[in-house]
Amino acid sequence: MDSFLSRYRNLTVLLILIVAQLILLGYQVKTNQDIRLVRVWSVSAITPLARALESTRFHTFGVFEDYFVLLGIRENNRKLKDEVGRLKMQNQFLQTQLADADRGRALVAFQAQSPSKTLAARVIANGTGSNSAAVFIDRGSNSGVESGMAVVTPEGIVGKVIAAYPSASLVLLVTDPTFAAGVMSQKNHVGGTLKGQGHGNCIVDYIQNEQKLDVGEWFYTSGYDRVFPRGFPVGQVSVARAGRNGKEVYLTPSGLQGGVEEVLVVLEGVHQIIPENAPPSPVVHMMAPLPESPAGPADPTANELNTQADQIREAYKKIGQVENHEYGVSNSIPNYNLKLQQPQTAAAPKTATAPPTDASTAAPPRPQPGPSAPAAAPLPQAAQPVTTTIKTPSPAPKKPPAAEAPKKLRAPLLQTDPADADPSELESARPAAPKRPGEEKPQ
Amino acid sequence: MSDFSERLLTGSRQHKGAPIQPFALVLVPLAAILFQVYVTHIFPLLDFLELPLLVTLHFSLRRRGPLSAVFYGCAIGLVQDSLSGNPLGMYGIVKTLVGYFAASVSQRFEVEHPASTVVLSFFFYFFHRFFYWVLARALLGQLVSFDPQQALIFGLLNAVVAIPFFHILDRLRETA
Repeated sequence: MDSFLSRYRNLTVLLILIVAQLILLGYQVKTNQDIRLVRVWSVSAITPLARALESTRFHTFGVFEDYFVLLGIRENNRKLKDEVGRLKMQNQFLQTQLADADRGRALVAFQAQSPSKTLAARVIANGTGSNSAAVFIDRGSNSGVESGMAVVTPEGIVGKVIAAYPSASLVLLVTDPTFAAGVMSQKNHVGGTLKGQGHGNCIVDYIQNEQKLDVGEWFYTSGYDRVFPRGFPVGQVSVARAGRNGKEVYLTPSGLQGGVEEVLVVLEGVHQIIPENAPPSPVVHMMAPLPESPAGPADPTANELNTQADQIREAYKKIGQVENHEYGVSNSIPNYNLKLQQPQTAAAPKTATAPPTDASTAAPPRPQPGPSAPAAAPLPQAAQPVTTTIKTPSPAPKKPPAAEAPKKLRAPLLQTDPADADPSELESARPAAPKRPGEEKPQ
Repeated sequence: MSDFSERLLTGSRQHKGAPIQPFALVLVPLAAILFQVYVTHIFPLLDFLELPLLVTLHFSLRRRGPLSAVFYGCAIGLVQDSLSGNPLGMYGIVKTLVGYFAASVSQRFEVEHPASTVVLSFFFYFFHRFFYWVLARALLGQLVSFDPQQALIFGLLNAVVAIPFFHILDRLRETA
C-alpha cells in the first residue's frame, strides 16, 4: 500500500484535493451556506489594495486635471452629480406623490409614505466569475450594509448585495444569470420574474401569452421578492413575443445604462406606488415656446418691464422709433448711445426691485405646515420648478375654478421634505392607517 | 531528429525546477487577481485576460512539480472563488487540474520555448473555460452559455499575452 501511494503520490494528492473541493461545493450547495472565513480573508486582502489603487488613480488624475485643465471642476462635477442623483430620487418620489394628488389622495399618501433610506456607495472592482456579473462596492457591514439589500441608481435597480464584508460588499448585478427579482409592468400590472442572462439584456419569465404587454413599456419592481421596494424602475421592454411556454419578454435594464460607478444601497426600503407615467428622462424638460401674438400677450401684467432685458429691449425699441429704424429691415445701424427721455425709467427699477411683491401676488398663499407634517424642512430645490409652473402666466385658456383644486393640494406637499422628517415624529403624527403588505424591512 | 525536436523532448530532463522566491509566490498571484478585479473595472476591454490562470501555468511549467502545482493552482482558484459570487471550489477544481496537467507536461517536454508557451497557454485557457462551464452546469445547475468561438479568440489573446508575461515572471525569478 505504501509503495502504491508513493508511486502514485501526485495522482493521489490530486484526487484528494479534487474530492475535497467537490465535498466543499456539495456542502455549500446543499446547505446553502457559505464558507465565510475564506471569503473574508480574500476580500480583506484584495479590496484594500483595490481601494488604495482607486484612491491613488482618482487623486493623481484629479490633481493633474484640476491643475492643468479646470481647477475645481472635477470636485464640483462630483458634487453636482451627487446632487442630481439625489434630486432625481426626490423627483421620482414627488412624481409618485403628484400622481396620487390628481386622484385626491396625495396628502394621505404623503403622510403614509416616506422615501427609502439609502446609502451612497462607489463601485471599486469587478467580481471574478467569468459567467457572473458582480461588482464590489466600497461600503460594507461597517456602514450598515447587509446581505440581501437592494442596490439602485436613480435610473433603476442595479442588483442586490449577496455578501457584506467589513469594508466592502459584493453586489450581484441584474444581468447575472442567477439574478432574479419580482417585477410588474406599468400599464397592465403584468407580474413576472426578472432574470439576468449574462449580458446586456434581461428576460422576464412567467408571463402568459394572453397577457398584454407592449414594446417600450416600463417594468417596475413589484416588491414581492422582499428585496426591492415596490415602485423602483427596472427597465423597458425591448422585445415581447409569444413563446412556447409563455411570452418571451426581453428587457433593457435602465439602471445599468452608461455603466455603474456610483450606486445607492437601500438600507430601509419603502414601497412606493408604481407610477402611471414613465420615469423621468435624463433629458431636460423644456416648456413650449410662447405663442407670438400681434395683439400682445394675453396677460396684462406681461406689459410691465420686469427684467433688465425687457428694459433694454424697450429702450432699443424707442431708439428705433426716434431714428426711424426698422429692425430686421433697415441696413443702417441706429445710434444706441442716444439719450432718450425716459418717462418709464423711474418705474422700471421699481418693478425690477419688487419681485417679492410680484411673487407674493402671483403665487397662491402657502398654508403653514400643520402638525401633520412635523419636523419637515422646506424643500426649495424641488419646490421651485413646480410652483413656478403654477404661477407662470400661460396663454392657455384658463381652467374653470374646479379644475384648479388639485393644484392647491400641491402647495403643502412642496413645503416639506419627507427625507428630512424625523421618522419617530412622523410616525406619531401619522393617522392610524392599515399596514401595507411588505412594509417590513427587506431581508 | 531536428535540433528543436531533440530539445523539445529532452530539454526538460536537463533542467530542474527553478526556485521561485517565497514573496513572489504570494505577491504575483495577488497582483494577478488584483488586476482581474480592479484593472478590468477601469478598462473593461481587458476583461478577457485571465492572469491568475497564466500565473498558475507559469508556476507549474517552470517548477515542474505536479505536487506543488496542484496546491498552488488550488489556492489561486479558491481565492478567485471567494471573490466571485459562486460557491468555493469551482475555480479551485479547475485550476487544480490545470496545475497538475501543466506540471505533468513540463516533465516530458521542453516548455520554455515561446512556441510552447503559446500552445500551452491557448490549450489550457480553453480547457479552463470549458471545464468551468461543465462544472457550472453539472454541479451548480446554472444555465450558463459557452461560446466556443469567443473562447478560442480569448485563448489566442491570452496566449499572445503569455509570452511577455512569462518573460517578466522569468526575469523576476532570476533577479530574485
